[in-house]
Amino acid sequence: MPFNPHTPKDTAEMLKAIGADSIEDLFDEIPEHLKIESLDGVPEALTEMEVTRLMHDRARMDGTPQCFIGAGAYEHHIPAAVWSVTTRGEFYSAYTPYQAEASQGTLQTIYEYQTMITGLTGLDVSNASLYDGASGLAEAALMAVRANRKVKSRKVLLAPGVNPTYQKVATAICGSQGLTFDYLPMNQQQGTLDFDALDDDAAPVAVVIQQPTFVGTLEEVDRLVDWAHERKALVIAIANPTSLALLKAPGHWGEQGADICIGEGQPLGVPLSSGGPYFGYMTCKQAYVRQMPGRIVGCTTDLDGNKGYTLTLQAREQHIRRTKATSNICTNQGLMVTAATIYMSLLGYDGLRRVAAQSLSNTQKLVDGLVSIPGIEKTFTAPHFHEAAVRLDRPVAEVLDALSSVGILGGYDLSGIYPELGNTLLVCATETKTDADLRAYVDAMRDIFRRSNARSA
Amino acid sequence: MTIKDQTIFEKSRDGRRAFAQSPVDEAPVDLPESMLRTDRPLLPEASELQVVRHFTRLSQKNFAIDTHFYPLGSCTMKYNPKACNTLAMLPEFIGRHPLGPTSHGQGFLTCMYELQDMLKDVTGMQGVSLTPMAGAQGELAGVAMIRAYHDARGDTDRREVLVPDAAHGTNPATANMCGCIVKELPTGPEGDVDIDALKQAVGPQTAGIMLTNPSTLGVFEHNIPAIEKIVHDAGGLLYYDGANLNAILGKVRPGDMGFDVIHMNLHKTFSTPHGGGGPGSGAIGVGERLLPFMPIPVVGKREEAGKAHYHWLEEEDFPQSIGRLSGFMGNAGVLLRAYIYMRMVGRDGMRRIAEYATLNANYLQARLRDEGFELAFPTRRASHEFIITLKHEARDFELTAMDVAKALLDKNYHAPTTYFPLMVPECLLIEPTETESKETLDGFVDAMVEIARDARENGVKYKEAPYTMPVRRLDDVKAARELDVRYVAPEDDAA
Repeated sequence: MPFNPHTPKDTAEMLKAIGADSIEDLFDEIPEHLKIESLDGVPEALTEMEVTRLMHDRARMDGTPQCFIGAGAYEHHIPAAVWSVTTRGEFYSAYTPYQAEASQGTLQTIYEYQTMITGLTGLDVSNASLYDGASGLAEAALMAVRANRKVKSRKVLLAPGVNPTYQKVATAICGSQGLTFDYLPMNQQQGTLDFDALDDDAAPVAVVIQQPTFVGTLEEVDRLVDWAHERKALVIAIANPTSLALLKAPGHWGEQGADICIGEGQPLGVPLSSGGPYFGYMTCKQAYVRQMPGRIVGCTTDLDGNKGYTLTLQAREQHIRRTKATSNICTNQGLMVTAATIYMSLLGYDGLRRVAAQSLSNTQKLVDGLVSIPGIEKTFTAPHFHEAAVRLDRPVAEVLDALSSVGILGGYDLSGIYPELGNTLLVCATETKTDADLRAYVDAMRDIFRRSNARSA
Repeated sequence: MTIKDQTIFEKSRDGRRAFAQSPVDEAPVDLPESMLRTDRPLLPEASELQVVRHFTRLSQKNFAIDTHFYPLGSCTMKYNPKACNTLAMLPEFIGRHPLGPTSHGQGFLTCMYELQDMLKDVTGMQGVSLTPMAGAQGELAGVAMIRAYHDARGDTDRREVLVPDAAHGTNPATANMCGCIVKELPTGPEGDVDIDALKQAVGPQTAGIMLTNPSTLGVFEHNIPAIEKIVHDAGGLLYYDGANLNAILGKVRPGDMGFDVIHMNLHKTFSTPHGGGGPGSGAIGVGERLLPFMPIPVVGKREEAGKAHYHWLEEEDFPQSIGRLSGFMGNAGVLLRAYIYMRMVGRDGMRRIAEYATLNANYLQARLRDEGFELAFPTRRASHEFIITLKHEARDFELTAMDVAKALLDKNYHAPTTYFPLMVPECLLIEPTETESKETLDGFVDAMVEIARDARENGVKYKEAPYTMPVRRLDDVKAARELDVRYVAPEDDAA
């Protein structure tokens, strides 16, 4: 049943005030032949008790396996306070802060978020969020084309470590505007860009660099940023925000720093939740702020001279500029930004650094354990962050199936995307994993290898 | 400045921390020096209580559905049932990795498959893809599919998208993003699309038309059968902007009106939270012709050993797809909330949503009209929303739509949508939704009457309202000119 409060008496009085005989009369402007009788594809209503039972049953089917998958979404401890405060009705059931005086809570939260994320990325301005990291690349590329008018090209070059799904999404969103997204070559021993294979005649509008890379390695970002800037290309960085507690901020890469930075905000207090809702963050140098898509919050004063917050630079946006807007984005991911702001406030820089260092250390321990098994070796020589690739002497899919049957999600199978790397598996162990968890994974893997070796012998 | 107005950064003290929230010891980091950060980014240093109190207090500076009537036209600010959030946040659901195997996701996937089916039924479409992450992304998917459809037939000159002048700003912005040319259609005096202008506008260059029905003017488009015929006869397709789907749920379906593609705003019609500006969810539905072009992934179902198995349909299943729009499968957690809501509302409840949303809007419209407010379209029924124009009040006693909006805040009502659609002068677009009671609507009418009377009879000016909010009216010009978009600590300021 819908959640409406009308008593029969209310309905009668309201119809009388309208001057209608029945509710059906209110639909008399709809052509009769278009009206339908019932919705056979929608089941009968459930009470809250019934739907609770149903959803618990469904949840149980999914279980709670031990997860060692990263590949763009990362399991981290989320303090209880994050979602307890975020789901307060005043945040949860508010809308876009168009009436600033009645939305100071959301607006100040976004302002504080903008401060934290610009600090982490080492850039000047941030917007209030984009949908997710992948679609963020599309928005960043379109922004780069607007901001870099000196270069006529619509060609965007991607470092080899850019998440392949990001490339697909950016192509789907910007392809019809003539933008192309091509990969630079990978050095397959190192798992990073092959600098020797760079084409010095390239004149892209932008170069995109992901750090850490999709395969977990760390790129020589300074060198690549300078190469891009020498070619008058803008640099778009993609960075995992957790990693920025330890790694050099994109705004400080190379001589001049990255121009735009985007990424998946999910690691900052947003649950994995089958892929969303997450949020994309975007920061840039001050010079490009007017080309930025999406909402931006600014601090100003009210009639009494007191400090207050409001949406600003709205002349960039679709509700004002229509066809000339910087993007069609309207609703973004406000609630997730609220969660991320609370998460970053609770962890602070020292806490976030501990999370990053522990994740790095756990992944190292896991990799050390796995490569001690005959038939498993490290795929790459470059240093890695909290994710790393290992090569197996047998198909990855069958190993993952066997692990999954004992409640371990063993990682992400890279062999479909990079067949040239062989049977490569990408593993990730964040701070949520204990030494016992890591041992259990390595033991299960050893067991699978031993059993199938015995079978084939 | 009092402590309550401070930012979290001003409340920070060096060395303070929520100690329970991160590993006790810091693991050693063995990475090349050149890759490490040397500066200390500005993040708060605060105790857990300080953080909780800071953000709880901030939340209390918001208007929200849970605390206030929020008649924001076009936004469908209805009650968000608590069960939807509680159940979508069960540990198994929020812990599930998007790339986890489907063997550990049958519960979630079953819900998604059934959601696709229910959405197909309520819209009268043949296929649904849940991946678009907001209405504007659903629009982008829709226009991209229309383009892909024409291109696949070798009909590559169809690049013009017709958009009524009253449309949401996202419509023209989206068509532009898809590399199409926007052609605006004028609106007639009764709020319908000008049919003669439409006949003139269509041709071999027409990719399609983007319509909202009921329109952004709050009225049902009378001429929809004629529009459908004109556009289809010209070889174009019809796009339905689902922003106003709440008005017709269970009564009439976009598919039956002849639309080829629709996006739904699940955060409006199906009551997922607006969250202070998202996350939304812009699931799309398509008719037969656009099925091959749907964005991926889509949830499929097959029988395995007599048991249903749900799985992802991807590139190989939809080789003509417009592609992927998100890193994984869209705003999954929002989709779960919409699923739970739809199961609680049920078959008959869908129709009742439209009925009571329409009853509330027509009641509020009648009451305001009887109190002397001018309706923008006085001869028309309201749909789930309607427009009043304050052009006389603005001319005769300087009471603008903006003034009324701010004065309403002082009376504890969130303002309706103001100055949209742009074509109606000094307008308020009012959408009460089905979840509000008669008493609330009557209270809102009283507030409106009081504001107008005080302006008319007592010369009260609301230029400086609101008075009772956490801040007074804000200086937007200063905000744009002296851009201050992040907090800078005083010592950094000096440097």
